[in-house]
Amino acid sequence: MSPMILNTIEVMLNGLMTGVMYSLVALGFVLIFKASGIFNYAQGVMALFAALTLVGFQSGQIPFSHLINVVFGTDYHNWGPGMNAFLAILLTMAVMVLLAWLVERLVLRHLVNQEPIILFMATIGLAFFMEGLGDMMWGANIKVLDIGLPSGGSFWWEDVTRVWATEGSDYYGMYIDVLDLWAAGIAIVLVVALTLFSQYTKTGRALRAVADDHQAALTVGISLRTIWIVVWSIAGFVALVAGIMWGSKSGIQFSLSLIALKALPVLILGGFTSIPGAIVGGLIIGVGEKLFEFTIGPLIGGATENWFAYVLALVFLMFRPQGLYGDKIIERV
Amino acid sequence: MFYRESGDFKTSYAADQQTFPIRFDRIVIALVLVFAFAVVPFFINDYWEKSILLPFLVWSLAALGLNILTGYCGQVSLGTGGFMAVGAYACYKLTTGFPDLNIIFVILLSGGITALVGIVFGLPSLRIKGFYLAVATLASQFFLVWLFNKVPWFYNYSASGQISMPERTLFGTAVTGSAATPWATYLFSLLFVVVFAFIARNLTRGRLGRSWMAIRDMDIAAEIIGVPPLQAKLSAFAVSSFYIGLSGALFFGVYLGAVEPTEAFGIDKSFLVLFMIIIGGLGSIFGSFVGAAFMTLLPVLFKNIMVGGFGWPTDMVQHFIFMLVGGLIMFFLIVEPHGLAQLWRVTKEKLRLWPFPH
Repeated sequence: MSPMILNTIEVMLNGLMTGVMYSLVALGFVLIFKASGIFNYAQGVMALFAALTLVGFQSGQIPFSHLINVVFGTDYHNWGPGMNAFLAILLTMAVMVLLAWLVERLVLRHLVNQEPIILFMATIGLAFFMEGLGDMMWGANIKVLDIGLPSGGSFWWEDVTRVWATEGSDYYGMYIDVLDLWAAGIAIVLVVALTLFSQYTKTGRALRAVADDHQAALTVGISLRTIWIVVWSIAGFVALVAGIMWGSKSGIQFSLSLIALKALPVLILGGFTSIPGAIVGGLIIGVGEKLFEFTIGPLIGGATENWFAYVLALVFLMFRPQGLYGDKIIERV
Repeated sequence: MFYRESGDFKTSYAADQQTFPIRFDRIVIALVLVFAFAVVPFFINDYWEKSILLPFLVWSLAALGLNILTGYCGQVSLGTGGFMAVGAYACYKLTTGFPDLNIIFVILLSGGITALVGIVFGLPSLRIKGFYLAVATLASQFFLVWLFNKVPWFYNYSASGQISMPERTLFGTAVTGSAATPWATYLFSLLFVVVFAFIARNLTRGRLGRSWMAIRDMDIAAEIIGVPPLQAKLSAFAVSSFYIGLSGALFFGVYLGAVEPTEAFGIDKSFLVLFMIIIGGLGSIFGSFVGAAFMTLLPVLFKNIMVGGFGWPTDMVQHFIFMLVGGLIMFFLIVEPHGLAQLWRVTKEKLRLWPFPH
């Protein structure tokens, strides 16, 4: 094969890997949307917040140390040498569950029966609040997240692909980040686990019942509030996974929360109510934007990744408003 | 007792249909206008101009625009930053291309150009609704900002990629550029805001405004009773973008003087304006002003109290303001979804009855 084709394949593969990352964020959106009809804009910030908390625990930082130091004139920073990654992940998960409980208790409970767009704007408020809170708790500096996942290019894959090129061409093999492969693997495990959970456990069934019809679920004795807490906790868990993957890849910084915006076109493509849709949508966007940047980008100035996903979603919406796998939108007066 | 409609009899249709039918409103507005036009310019200094009054005026124009689209017509848009960028770049290209064109026309034309762009990006609203549309408008936000970054023609091939406003005068007084005095820029912006607030008020209570509100309340039902959704939605996009374009032109030309698109017209600006209208009150002209005042004054106030008073570091105050704004958004959506404007309405009700409880 000529290097040109191989390069294109490489771009597509990397696009697929990016797409997996988008899907991870989009999954959290779909979960909450299915169970409560809320479009949770704060999902991306939840990922940021989870990653910040994880690093904070891992390095043994004192929450709000900055604030405490300023108010009381002290100089605390760390309470100890930190803890291992596993324990830190468990503790972060506990924080995310607490957060889910608080969100249900303080915000969602009071907004029952409001229009979806009001709820959407409330989650924008939540996103701002959590962003401020996360920075307040752990500091706004860019942090490095390392929970022991391997990273860097895969040499094995480079060696495998080098021989594909035609003889005599100076082709060095394809570059694929091992971390991306891990992310893809984890995403697959996550989707399988979520599907099993929603199909075969009692809570999972209750969850699907709520997604189908709130009132019918209430009449058969399912507690909406519990379900909402469960759903937000699961979304918190997905956010944690997404935060870990993105954080390991590019460091923990504010731009992490902007990934939430990228997840929106992914959702539109896949349909808001479909878990497989979130995955497929993520892959299409990932491959699409990388290919577009690779082929057409140089002609029109580059950096097209900023907007390609949105424009693609926009064009797509014109023809299929409910997305690839979404339920058909039926409107009645 | 203080605020009442009774006893205010109208004897002609013109009097009955005037913009502010209640005498109390007219008196208050007249007093505010006199104060704003005749008193403030004598006391304005650089600090008040740059950190309070000009941002307030510019953002209230943007909030007015978004409120027309979101509050009156029910189409949520996250593309405000992008449209403001269109206004700013149109202003720049027009004023550098035609240096003799009066600055008022330049700014009006920038609004017009933004309106055309708004119509193009509003076309999807005919097919898609709710937050699907919100996502679609994100496309305009990111695409437009990218466009102004990448196409050198827009920034006249300047090396820095920035655009900066040359000095333009009105009646011999500089209103843009570094030589412009605080009172001149203030009065210039105020003029636009007052005139277009008045127009907006009248638009929203006329046929056009009523068709927007019908679409907002239930688009299918509106269509059935004969409101053309194509005209209603696209006109809302056009008028809204016109206002946002004006605000973008003033933001660039009068307030900042020089901008860089990614920094000045990012997605955070879109959210800022959205927050203004949520806090101020969706579907209220008065609310747009209150919201803009609230969102421009709040950070200034907290910065003064916390940095100046408590000696906190600036970055922490920044985070605190984030938390506060986010918390306030949720608070308002829960407690008072109609925003500060509704609080004013409640106060008016109280004033009407005072000193009796019922």
